[in-house]
Amino acid sequence: MSAAPQETDLLQEQLVGGSSFWSDAWKRLKKSRQAIVGGAILIIVVVASLVGPFLTPYSQEVQDLERQLEPPSWDHPFGTDLAGRDMLTRVLMGGRLSLAVGMVATLVSLLIGVTWGSVAGFKGGNVDNAMMRVVDMLYSLPFMFFVILLVAFLGRNLLLLFLALGAVQWLTMSRIVRGQMIQLRAQEFVQAAVALGVSNRRIIFRHLIPNMLGPIIVYATLTVPAVMLEEAFLSFLGLGVQPPNSSWGLLAADGAKTITALRTAWWLILFPGLALGLTLFALNFLGDGLRDALDPKLKNQD
Amino acid sequence: MTSFLIRRLLSTIPLLFVILLGSFVLMQKAPGGPFDSERSLPPEIEANLQAKYHLDEPVIQQFGRYLGNVVQGDLGPSLKYQARSVNEIIAQALPVSLTLGAIALFMAMALGIPAGILGALNHNGPKDFLLMGVALLGICIPNFVLGPLLIILVSFGFGWLPAGGWGTLGQVLLPAITLGAIRAAYVARLARAGMLEVVKQDYIRTARAKGLRERVVIGKHALRLAILPVLSYLGPATASILVGSVVVEKIFNIPGLGTFFVNSALNRDYTMAMGTVLLYSGLLITLNLIVDVLYAVIDPRVELS
Repeated sequence: MSAAPQETDLLQEQLVGGSSFWSDAWKRLKKSRQAIVGGAILIIVVVASLVGPFLTPYSQEVQDLERQLEPPSWDHPFGTDLAGRDMLTRVLMGGRLSLAVGMVATLVSLLIGVTWGSVAGFKGGNVDNAMMRVVDMLYSLPFMFFVILLVAFLGRNLLLLFLALGAVQWLTMSRIVRGQMIQLRAQEFVQAAVALGVSNRRIIFRHLIPNMLGPIIVYATLTVPAVMLEEAFLSFLGLGVQPPNSSWGLLAADGAKTITALRTAWWLILFPGLALGLTLFALNFLGDGLRDALDPKLKNQD
Repeated sequence: MTSFLIRRLLSTIPLLFVILLGSFVLMQKAPGGPFDSERSLPPEIEANLQAKYHLDEPVIQQFGRYLGNVVQGDLGPSLKYQARSVNEIIAQALPVSLTLGAIALFMAMALGIPAGILGALNHNGPKDFLLMGVALLGICIPNFVLGPLLIILVSFGFGWLPAGGWGTLGQVLLPAITLGAIRAAYVARLARAGMLEVVKQDYIRTARAKGLRERVVIGKHALRLAILPVLSYLGPATASILVGSVVVEKIFNIPGLGTFFVNSALNRDYTMAMGTVLLYSGLLITLNLIVDVLYAVIDPRVELS
């Protein structure tokens, strides 16, 4: 059976019809103004968070007690906080962690969701029924409350946060993957692979998952903002990222705590909020644009 | 219908059991205890406290005792607010959270559905673009940013509404807006997508062909199916409002259940935390059931199975 994989590869290429998934998607993506705008904003935010802190003349830890709570100025474009720290630097540094949480937790949710959905869709029958019943049941649970319990009881470390947030978000992904799986499994190229004696594992990873990449990527793009919001939510409650690290949620929480009727330091809440909002906006835009570009139903139609 | 309801209600029993067991195990695994404080208690007193709340018994026995009480509707004493039971605290705080949540949800529907339909009827026109732009903005502003900004602007800036507290109509308004804004945006998007889908269908063309006025076609025939996506969002929306109210209650200093929940988790007030999770889960499961039934009532093509 050593020749089998090559034959199925050929078969698959013929079905795709010469235009590869990526070049095809890239062509359509370039036409979507929405996706380009979203992607551009996202790149700017990522680069600014990575490079920005090196360019500002302040560090996020250094306090300047003579310049507490200054409104935005040329020296401090985003103002200073209660301890006289430069808010621009803190927002940029916070971006690193917020973006990292978004990415890692999304990867966790991808791993769980794709595996769960693939197995359910591929096995079918009773296994599928049982696995999807579990998903249905989990859907009706207030998951964030468990995460709050988990983080509050087991201590607040970053790894746990990544895992917990990823574990909350896999349900929809598993449903999408399962649906795709059931559709694809019935197609001729999969039957051909089965007939040639290719192992289940290889069929799933080599033939089925690559064909589902479109919906998976699109949904993953939309998972990132959801996870980032949840991280911000937990950090706001004091259960997420812990000082001296900062994230946009934590900065917003600090800002909200500082507000009193006599002292409204609006910049403490506005700038972290803007950074987070802009990123969420870009990711949503990119996700919508990607959906148009990668939806397999639109493939080879123009 | 009746058998559907009975089956669904029965299937929630194992679910609630798993929830209880899960939170109980988590609580056992967690380091620290409810009586840890900065000033450590003399060992005899701590032992007495442990004994009073049966924390010194084997885990299985504790769980059995707790389960037995819960089945009878008793969520036990609060370990932190020692003079009060969890039932009393919930009875006091839940109405506050529910009122806030209901007002926020109502606002989300009242704003979102007309906005979505207006957008769909002006598909790709300037009104549509404007409305959906505002909706996208609503989705991108987290409530913990919106809330403080509203306080700064409306309460401190203009002095129109109080910045916090609970009891008067003015005090409800800002938190409800904070909580409802993102939900209104989602509802608008769902209603728009639903309406766009429905107006393409044959029965709408039939309604127009037999000469019905546009208002009747849209308002009576199309609307009914167009709001189905909004209806199925109600379950998740309620869940997210319950979660969101945790933050909003904190921002606006509202004595609702969310505040108690977070504090109890942080203070290791096990009975309080578990009672709240159980209550939230029960609420959510009930609401999802109601939504499923409503779905079948509104859309005659759907059968409950």
